[in-house]
Amino acid sequence: MKNLYGKKISKAIFISMIAFNIFLTACEKEDTKDKKNDKTTTTQETSTQAVATPSEPIDDGKGVGPIKSVTIPTTLDKKLVEEGKKIFEMKCSACHNIDTKKVGPALKGVILRRKPEWIMNMIMNPSGMTQKDPTAKKLLGEYMTQMADQTIDEKSARTILEYLRSNDTK
Amino acid sequence: MLFSKKNLTKKISVGATLLLATFVITTTGCTDKKDTKTKSTDVIGSDAASKVYVPPGKMDELYAFMSGGFSGQVSAYGIPSGRLLKVIPVFSQNPENAYGYSEETKPMLQTSHGFVPWGDAHHPQLSMTGGMADGRWLFINENNTPRIARIDLSTFKTVEILEIPNTAGSHGSPYLTENTEYVISNTRFSIPQGKNTDVPINSYKKNFKGVASFIKVDKDKGNMDVAFQIMLPGFDYDKARSGKGVSHGWSFFTCYNSEEEHTMLEANASQKDKDFILAINWKKAEEAVKAGKAKDFPSDYVHNQLDESKHTAFSENRKTVKMLDPKDVPGMVYYIPCPKSPHGVDVNPTGEFIVGAGKLASVIPVFSFAKMQKAIENKDFEGDAQGIPVLKYSSVLEGEVEKPGLGPLHTEFDDKGNAYTSMFLSSEIVKWKVATREILDRMPVYYSIGHLLVPGGDTKKPYGKYVIALNKITKDRYLPTGPELTQSAQLIDISGDKMKMLLDFPTIGEPHYAQAVPADVILKNQKKIYKLEENKHPYAIKSEKETKIERKGNDVHVYFSTVRSHFSPDNIEGVKEGDTVYFHATNLEQEWDVPHGFAVKGNENSELLIMPGETSTAKWTPKKTGVYPFYCTDFCSALHQEMSGYIRVSPKNSNLPLSFSLGKTDKK
Repeated sequence: MKNLYGKKISKAIFISMIAFNIFLTACEKEDTKDKKNDKTTTTQETSTQAVATPSEPIDDGKGVGPIKSVTIPTTLDKKLVEEGKKIFEMKCSACHNIDTKKVGPALKGVILRRKPEWIMNMIMNPSGMTQKDPTAKKLLGEYMTQMADQTIDEKSARTILEYLRSNDTK
Repeated sequence: MLFSKKNLTKKISVGATLLLATFVITTTGCTDKKDTKTKSTDVIGSDAASKVYVPPGKMDELYAFMSGGFSGQVSAYGIPSGRLLKVIPVFSQNPENAYGYSEETKPMLQTSHGFVPWGDAHHPQLSMTGGMADGRWLFINENNTPRIARIDLSTFKTVEILEIPNTAGSHGSPYLTENTEYVISNTRFSIPQGKNTDVPINSYKKNFKGVASFIKVDKDKGNMDVAFQIMLPGFDYDKARSGKGVSHGWSFFTCYNSEEEHTMLEANASQKDKDFILAINWKKAEEAVKAGKAKDFPSDYVHNQLDESKHTAFSENRKTVKMLDPKDVPGMVYYIPCPKSPHGVDVNPTGEFIVGAGKLASVIPVFSFAKMQKAIENKDFEGDAQGIPVLKYSSVLEGEVEKPGLGPLHTEFDDKGNAYTSMFLSSEIVKWKVATREILDRMPVYYSIGHLLVPGGDTKKPYGKYVIALNKITKDRYLPTGPELTQSAQLIDISGDKMKMLLDFPTIGEPHYAQAVPADVILKNQKKIYKLEENKHPYAIKSEKETKIERKGNDVHVYFSTVRSHFSPDNIEGVKEGDTVYFHATNLEQEWDVPHGFAVKGNENSELLIMPGETSTAKWTPKKTGVYPFYCTDFCSALHQEMSGYIRVSPKNSNLPLSFSLGKTDKK
């Protein structure tokens, strides 16, 4: 059932296959009418795609997902750290260590590498991120495993962020 | 064809009609085959393909839940496409997802006779509120070792199985009341009741009794409990329906073998021109129980329930039921004469008309609930059967559908006041108008239809649009597969005046009854994962940190986890020959559609298939020294092939201590 890159991506491929099929069907229909028109359709399709790429939003480092902005106070909230640690151990630690690479990258220093919005979006929307965010896309290529969507809500993601901050704050 | 296994199977369920049936089949077979084919294409609507085509990526309009018959399971189909969505294991073990194999699900198949790995599933029915399907649960009965199962439609899992005591052949079941107050059941096979059951079979008339059961369903949680039973004359109680609307408060059972014969029933139980429909005033029965008129009757049955927070089923032995004797509760039960060896009894959407279907009868009688009430009031009886009043046929009859065809079995209703009756012998569906009993249309079906369904066809407001024929014999309809052929359903359009054949599709097991419901009724409750935080399984681990192995004598408990794409731990040593190893796997995933599988070489058991957030246990008793690989059986990610591990089994006298690890590479 599942293809190499996990379910969500497989769905994406599937959808693009359907799109391709529809495209083909469209071509066939055109074909019966006028063979010259067929070529025009193809060019139009290609040019639309070509135009679409530059119009994508510029990468602001915040990632793709529900989190648009997070306010981070300078001091650590110890209660949040405790809660975040608990959730991290249950839902993340099977694949992430703090200091060493496991299935996914070591998370030491992640606060310094990424914006807090990016981290929370990666936690809450991992498949969306590996499909659309340039940094997450690169990471998927490097680690070759789609990060699991562990159904973590915004409140929980914020506590995990605080736990990750605690590892990077002296 | 005459002596095929299929026909022999039918012999049991169709009894006396067999000879006639085979005769008709044979004669059909003798006519030119081309003729049959011409007929079938004639009735196919020219736009049939577009009506059943659901494009890739689109979903079906309706869910249909089909009895898996002698497979013991239930299957869920998409309608109109006829696409199989899922086989839900209910009464039979299912190695595909460890149902009846895992330690957690084995208790679900426990009975007073021990662990029964197979069942004969019959009639699925959706739970109702106000006479409409509410999408919460599906109930289905098991005929052989009488049980009722409840499937939770948020998870499509069997969550409860209740054995029905003092019962053999629970056929007229579950046939719920309009607010799912009760699931009902009866006894197709009367048996000796009470303490002394070691009696001669030929003492049938003296010692054999039937029983009607009323099983209370908890309004919020759905849990079942036998509320009371009613001891009845030893006839063969067959099909059933509960009243609705005006007839809410009553339930109806057909019965044959009012001759009370115990051998060669196909001839001996077909002597009388009329048998009966039994009408039970269950509200009166409820009052009688409250008034203390029921006796505690020693019984022996098992009740199995899934505790979802523990992902585990538990069994409980029960020893008594409340038994009512009709003699103690006048006005509780009546017999309505019904021609001849009646099978189906169905109640129209308003609840006023009760349609009997005598499988050897030449008419379909339609009874009036109002007339029945009047006849009871006027004591309009034509006699009694073992003390139970028999109402006068003509006083209760609204009218008869004349010359409907041969072998009427079951009736469902549409949203326009029409009824659809399946005709086993003449192999057709007959459409008739309930108000006038006039026949409007006929549709040949291929072949030998049993049940049929109209979406919502047993509710107060049928959805209509389609009728699905559930056929017993498929012969030349599909590519042959040796002596055993597929079972079959046929989808028919009933939106116009004339029925139009749309689609054939195969089903699993024998499709007895089935029900269909608009998809949104089911979709709104769908569960995608089990929350890890809510997992209270005693052997669950919530993170890899909790991974452990315990030895208790010869039992070894492995608390381990799965996540894309490794097991924790994946190296285990210190297990010995003769140990019993329990692999308790918790799937740490919290994403929809990411189950993991688990299998270990040589296990005399099934695999596990563990849903996100669930804990499931495989028992393994290794007999030989060696190193055994285990691996994930459900393709989970790019590195699924890598999701594997080793467990080392040492000789019995080995002193190697238990140890485990994950990610520890060779140092040497």
